[in-house]
Amino acid sequence: MRGIEAVIGLEVHAQLKTKTKMFCGCPNSFGQELNTFTCPVCLGLPGALPVLNAKAVELAVRLGLALNCRVHERSLFARKNYFYPDLPKGYQITQYDSPLCTGGYLDVEAGGETRRIGIRRIHLEEDAGRSLHDEACKRTRIDFNRSGVPLVEIVTEPDISSPEEASAFLKELRSILLHLRVSEGTMEEGTFRCDANVSVRMPGDSTLGVRTELKNMNSFKNVRRALAYEISRQASLLASSRPVVQETLLWSASARRTVPMRSKEESHDYRYFPEPDLPPLLVDRMLIDRVRASMPELPSERRRRFMRQYGLSDYDASQVIATPELADYFEECCSLVDAPTDIAHWITTELVRVMGESGDTPLTTRVRPSMLTALVSLVKAGRLSGLMAKEVLGRMSKTGEDPAAAMEDLGVEQMGDEDEIRAAVRGVIDAHPDEARRYREGKTQLAGFFVGEVMKVTSGRADPKLAIRIVREILDS
Amino acid sequence: MRITEQEVLHVAHLARLSIGGEEAARFRRELGSILEYMDMLSEVDTSGVEPFVCVHEQASATRDDEPAETLPLRLVLAQSPAAGHGAFEVPLVIEEG
Repeated sequence: MRGIEAVIGLEVHAQLKTKTKMFCGCPNSFGQELNTFTCPVCLGLPGALPVLNAKAVELAVRLGLALNCRVHERSLFARKNYFYPDLPKGYQITQYDSPLCTGGYLDVEAGGETRRIGIRRIHLEEDAGRSLHDEACKRTRIDFNRSGVPLVEIVTEPDISSPEEASAFLKELRSILLHLRVSEGTMEEGTFRCDANVSVRMPGDSTLGVRTELKNMNSFKNVRRALAYEISRQASLLASSRPVVQETLLWSASARRTVPMRSKEESHDYRYFPEPDLPPLLVDRMLIDRVRASMPELPSERRRRFMRQYGLSDYDASQVIATPELADYFEECCSLVDAPTDIAHWITTELVRVMGESGDTPLTTRVRPSMLTALVSLVKAGRLSGLMAKEVLGRMSKTGEDPAAAMEDLGVEQMGDEDEIRAAVRGVIDAHPDEARRYREGKTQLAGFFVGEVMKVTSGRADPKLAIRIVREILDS
Repeated sequence: MRITEQEVLHVAHLARLSIGGEEAARFRRELGSILEYMDMLSEVDTSGVEPFVCVHEQASATRDDEPAETLPLRLVLAQSPAAGHGAFEVPLVIEEG
């Protein structure tokens, strides 16, 4: 719908990477047996009292500073009251009219320009339990391992104007969470969740249209699709002078449309009031200064530094900083061998591939940085073709061998002997007299064809640089 | 009256209490008189007074991020009127579309 402006605000929930829950000492951990990490506090048993996890506060302060917020030395917890089976106390402890952080921003690159997205607030709250719906048995099972897990909620100003911008914001925010080591930030596992408020208006209109709230978008792709769908739905309502109804909508990924949430009627009446079981949250200047002083490098800074210091392209740098662990791995490699662009290339393509296959991370993969740099050096020295090196890397990843041992096991080594390659080239030229004639008549780009054939007959072992030199030598003479 | 019957029913619904018409009328009367009593507080001029939320403003009230003991699963599930598959069980929630 041309000529219609979308106004989008996002609410992001991210689980904090603490050892224990927000208000009790139960482990904050995943994939465990249901309901084994619970205690009277996170089960909401009568008389149990919450005590705030200092680490959760520190992580939220770190995020607040990274997002250029004002961190308040005094903020309050509040009770948000509602009934749901996964909320054992009948209320969620959150922050309401006095949040920890306010008034920040994040610069985001989208569509070739930089946009500044305002951060209205960041506050601390606890997660609810997890509901597992068993349609067949007509039962819902509740796992309270997630109950009381610390969350930050990040609320933006309605400064976002397109699904692409929303997606760029979320990716940058997620990257910051990872690099600050504040959260795992995986959307599919629900440690990073996003809701959106969407409205549309005619260009130049200063008042906001009626907004809808979008939920249930559990991947970046779904966020883009859901927003695009909702914007065009509202635009067509506006075009036909029908009103937009303020409501909560769920994105249905399978139907690819938004559907009204079966109304939790009056659900917005949460009757917030100050949490009587917790004193005000006091964060002293010294803590804020300490967190500021120990702030890790932000991903945008790191990306720019990688371009400057190592001469990486914007694209390669973005790929290398996908996670802080990958970026650390890259830097360790660069300290061993001075070949940053080759190293970046091998890391972002082949290393990422073998880690994907074995389910490893840069910290757990058997291919240690010194082994990868040894492999890259062999390729650069012409002792391995790219194709062979990939095979060798696959073996290294499986066995933990260094490149030399993996090459021996696989029986691969680049054919570096000129006479051997010369013989192969002659054989190939004799087998393709037609192409040889056309080359000599001026179609010199056929050199690539001959090299390809040489690689075929040598099972990829010939050094391609040497092969092309010999192909030209023979055909040009 | 300080409160309508509609409001009484609304609050009852939010608290998942089911009350009949007679009870609603009685609660309207009783809650109304409590609210009227509390209204006396409005007679005090509190402009410029910070809302009071806690007696122990300065109390340090955080703990270190160290794991503590959890409850045995058997004991946890004993809190539930219905349990199965290691979890609390409730009738199927059909809220999410």
